[in-house]
This record gives sequence, C-alpha cells and structure tokens, in this order.
Amino acid sequence: MRHLIIGSGPAGVVAAETLRKADPAAEITLLCGEAGPPYSRMAIPYLLKGDIAEQGTHLRKEVDHYDRLRIRLVTGRATAVDTQARTVSLGQGAPLPFDRLLIATGSRPSLERVPGIDLPGVRSCWTLDDAKAILDQARPGTRIVQMGAGFVGCIIMEGLLSRGVDLTILVRSGYMVRRMMNATASGLLRSWCEAKGVKILTHTQPTGIASEGGSLQVTLKDGRILPADIYLSAVGVDPNLDFLQGSGIEVAQGIVVDANLQSSVPGVYAAGDVAEATDCLTGKRQLNAIQPNAVEQGRIAALNMAGRPARFKGSFVFNVLTTLGLVSSSFGEWQGVAGGESCEVLDERRYRYLNLQFDGDRLIGANTVGFTDHVGALRGLIEGRVRLGAWKHRLVEDPTLIMQAYLAAAHSVA
Amino acid sequence: MQKSLHIDPNKCTGCLQCEMACSWEKYQSFTTAKSRLKVFSFHHEGRFVPYTCTQCDEAWCVIACPVDAIRLDPVTGAKIVLEPTCVGCKVCTIACPFGTINYVAQTGKVQKCDLCDGAPACAKACPTAAITYVDSDWTGLDKMRQWAGKTDTNPATV
Ligand SMILES: Cc1cc2nc3c(=O)[nH]c(=O)nc-3n(C[C@H](O)[C@H](O)[C@H](O)COP(=O)(O)OP(=O)(O)OC[C@H]3O[C@@H](n4cnc5c(N)ncnc54)[C@H](O)[C@@H]3O)c2cc1C
Ligand code: SF4
Ligand code: SF4
Repeated sequence: MRHLIIGSGPAGVVAAETLRKADPAAEITLLCGEAGPPYSRMAIPYLLKGDIAEQGTHLRKEVDHYDRLRIRLVTGRATAVDTQARTVSLGQGAPLPFDRLLIATGSRPSLERVPGIDLPGVRSCWTLDDAKAILDQARPGTRIVQMGAGFVGCIIMEGLLSRGVDLTILVRSGYMVRRMMNATASGLLRSWCEAKGVKILTHTQPTGIASEGGSLQVTLKDGRILPADIYLSAVGVDPNLDFLQGSGIEVAQGIVVDANLQSSVPGVYAAGDVAEATDCLTGKRQLNAIQPNAVEQGRIAALNMAGRPARFKGSFVFNVLTTLGLVSSSFGEWQGVAGGESCEVLDERRYRYLNLQFDGDRLIGANTVGFTDHVGALRGLIEGRVRLGAWKHRLVEDPTLIMQAYLAAAHSVA
Repeated sequence: MQKSLHIDPNKCTGCLQCEMACSWEKYQSFTTAKSRLKVFSFHHEGRFVPYTCTQCDEAWCVIACPVDAIRLDPVTGAKIVLEPTCVGCKVCTIACPFGTINYVAQTGKVQKCDLCDGAPACAKACPTAAITYVDSDWTGLDKMRQWAGKTDTNPATV
C-alpha cells in the first residue's frame, strides 16, 4: 500500500508515524512544502524570544527519526491532485502516485486587502522563514506596525519586544483576541500590554501602505500616517486548498470530512487546520486550527488509511495563550449559549479572571486569565459532557473549585 | 510488570506528607505548592483526595507537545518532561483532560509526575498506605476508576 501525505506539520508527521505503527510494510511518503526537517509553527514564538535555536522548533529531535521509521521525505509543493489517476503533481518532475492520500496542508495567513500589502517590508509571522526574516530585520528601535491582535498576534509580542523593537498594534475591532476571549478577559490583556509599553490603536485599520526612502508609511482610516520598518500582518489564517481545484474533492471552508476523516473521494483523507470536521459541542462542521486537534486528526486519519476503522469523536476549540507573560485560556463555548448560565471571579489588579459557562448542569466553555493550575480539567469536564449535579451550584459560588468539581463529578470521588 | 500509583482516598487523612516528599524529591525543599501530586480537600464531605498523573495510555500531553519534550520511560511507563526541550507553551496543560500536567512560572516549563524512576517518594512517605505503588496492567480509564475507588465513573470523560 502506497500512502502519500501532503504537508509535514504536526498533522502530517503524526499521521506518518501512526501509519508506520499500524502498517509495518506500507510505503509512506511525506511531502514537505517547506525546506528543512518538519517543524512546529507553535515553537516560533520561542525562537523569536531566543529561548531556542532553530533545531528546537523541529517536531522530532533525532536526526534519523524519519529514516528509522522508513518515512520518505520529499520536498516540494503539491500543485494538483488527480483523483482518477491517483497522483499528486508537484508542478515539475514526475507526479507522486498514491493508493491512500492524506491532505494535511494546514493554513496560511489571510492578508488584508489594502494597497501595498505586496511590498517587500510587509511580513507575516507564520512560517519558520517568516520568523527568520523578522529576526534578521528586528533591531532595537525597529518600528513594527502590526495589524491584528488575535492569537498569533498576541503570542509573538514577547519575542518581538525582546528584540527591543518599537511595537504598535492596530486592532480593527475594539477588542484583542476576540475569537477566543470575552470582553473582560480581552480588556485585561489590553491593559497588561499597554502597561508593558505596547501601543494599541483600536477601531482602526490601514487604508494603504507605501514605500518611501527605504521605510514604509502606513496610512490609517482616520488619515494618520505611521512610519514603519516592518508591517506585520496578523489578521487570521485560511486553509491551504488552492491546489485542490478540479480534483473533485468537496471543499467548503476547509476539506469536508466524515467521522473517519475521509473526504468526499474514497481513499482521500484530510487532517489538521485544513479539515472541516464536526465540532463535538455544536455538532456543526467547522475548521479548528489548533495543534491538539491537528495531531488527534492526524492519528485517526492514519488509522483509517491503514484499514483500522477509527472514528473522530469531534473536537472543540481550546487554546492557551501567553501574552507578554500573561497566561490566558479559552475553551469551547466561552461566549455561552442561549438559556445557559455563567459565573465568574475577577481580580483586575492582579490580572486574574475566571469565567465559566454552563448549559444546564454541564460545563460548556470557559475563559481564564492568570489561572494555570489544573486547567486541563476544564477540557475533561467539557469534552466529557460531565453532569455536575450539585457541584454546579458550588462552582457558581466559587468558580475556582474546578478541580474539586471535576474529581467529584467525573470520577465520583467525593 | 509495570507498576502504577494506586490511590485510596478513603485512607487519606490530609496530612500532606506526600506533597512534602514530592517537593523534596524534585526541588529539595518542603514546599507543598511545588508538589506534582496534589491532595484536594472536600470541606463539605470531610474528605481528602490525593491526585496526580496516571501515566495514561492515551498520553494526550505527549502527542500534543509541539517539540517532542515529553517522552515515555520504557521501564516505568512514565511520561517524562525533558525540561531543556520544553518551550513552556502550555498546550499539554490544556490537552490533558485530567488536569495533571501543570505550568511552573518560576521555571517557565511544565511539570508532571514521573514516578521518580520507579520509586515514588509520595508512596514511601504516605503513613496510611493511601498511596501505594503496585503492579498494574490496566488502561487509563481503569486507572481512573481505580483511583476513584468506584466503578461508576462517567466513561465519556476518558
Ligand atoms: C506563531 C504561531 C503560534 C501558534 N501557537 C499555537 C498554540 O499555542 N496552540 C495551538 O493550538 N496552535 C498554535 N498555532 C497553530 C498551530 O501551529 C496549527 O494549528 C498547527 O500547526 C496545525 O497543524 P497542521 O499540521 O494542520 O498544519 P501546519 O502546521 O500548517 O502544516 C502544514 C504543512 O503543509 C505544508 N504545505 C502547505 N501547502 C502545501 C502544498 N501545496 N504542498 C506541500 N506541502 C504544503 C506546509 O508547508 C506545512 O509544512 C500557532 C501558529 C503559529 C504560526
Ligand atoms: S499528564 Fe495527563 S495526558 Fe499526560 S500521561 Fe498524565 S494523565 Fe495522561
Ligand atoms: S509546555 Fe513544554 S512539554 Fe508542554 S507541550 Fe509545550 S513544550 Fe511540550
């Protein structure tokens, strides 16, 4: 059996390793769209900070890891998939044949549409090459204007500031990390960042970027002009799907997959940021661009490819974010649901906040700021759809009793 | 046969000898806050429940780690954090649905139970045998049930 995996991020690498375990005789090819050994985008913030060298970003540390598992690494970009002939073209050279195909091409930055977005000083911070280019250019005093304060926009701030740069952040809404935080949590993040010397301009966006005398001029909606050495675009990501045109593989926001992570074409699977699978809380199909989801889907898709039926139970979004040292997290339906209840504790001065959302006596979502202990139990409670019973009322009175509630309700120990 | 920690909350008196032993073993200080095993108190019920990583088979923490910093010790079966490799991203702390791998602000890394190379200090220190280190061949869910001393655990949580 010839297994071909497009994309060597966490989803692709875990899939290749799982395939090897499940099918010792299989032929496994991993198509790497970027040069160098497979790495993890998640490690980029720590590379920027100087905590790790490039090798520290590698998904696997042993140099002979892929050889040892007989996983063939091929560098190249897929340009088309022929589901009839069962081949993947690379634009040049012979196409790669497959019996089973996994698409794990992840996502890429979605750039805002403004004049000048294609200028040389405009960057994103998504790939290792992006990070290296920023490191090359960022010096004390380098003026960076960053558009966007979402997850990635926030998590890279510490690395940028550690280089001594002058950082200005533009936020289109009034509101940082609005896809994962409620207004209170978001407000805490904002005042934290401002206290650390980051300039944050809300309700604004660029209307154009121009190059003048070796630096950039960023024109804002209100007419103001900000000079910059780097314009950093961090407004969100879109799945990498372009090469699927004409393949017959059904695509909505991402690649539509069933509970076995198989696409509309038999034998073709998808996993990770690029896959649109079922959310176990809402029951709707959606993208879920987080690392734990990528590895879980990579594993399940590979088992199915190896002929061992495995079902993806569905996932939900959960994220932990460190913004200049302030740790926050977000789980599931943190916005709450109609008819649901919520409770919270807030200590503004110490940047501590905990908000829990319930549907009946089940926890369905949470936001935390400044709480790190035992936060995994929030996932356990939400994903397990654990009925809290009497513990719900105790949590409403004291939301910090999460771990006690978890032990009592999920494991019946009290 | 591999061994695992067996916890019987019914025997726990809340004396915190285990937390002290853990923090001494790992940090040479008697600071219960640093312990990788926690004793949770239930004031209403007058109960104490020691709790730590069960070295579950699913090992969510291991597979979620973006830099391969949590490795399996083939002898004890423990999942061990390699501190020099860990970047402190904390994704393991939200991936483990048991809440048993935690961030330590002082080191900027995470910590979890590593079974002390096969001689867990907590079990040695427990005066009532509420924590013992015994032969095992059960899976994560069974371990959890064992932990709880009950069998009606909600299976959906694992
Ligand atoms: C700075 C940063 C910080 C992050 N921090 C976190 C975090 O703390 N927690 C979290 O959960 N998530 C985080 N993420 C998101 C996380 O990295 C992604 O969810 C994860 O990488 C998805 O894995 P994947 O394997 O699906 O895709 P990717 O990691 O994107 O890998 C896709 C691979 O496919 C390749 N590829 C794309 N197109 C082609 C093609 N046509 N042909 C061949 N190869 C192709 C790419 O080059 C890449 O190697 C972060 C991302 C960034 C950029
Ligand atoms: S820390 Fe959690 S996920 Fe990791 S082995 Fe222990 S129980 Fe399993
Ligand atoms: S905090 Fe450390 S051990 Fe945990 S996932 Fe991140 S790098 Fe791995």
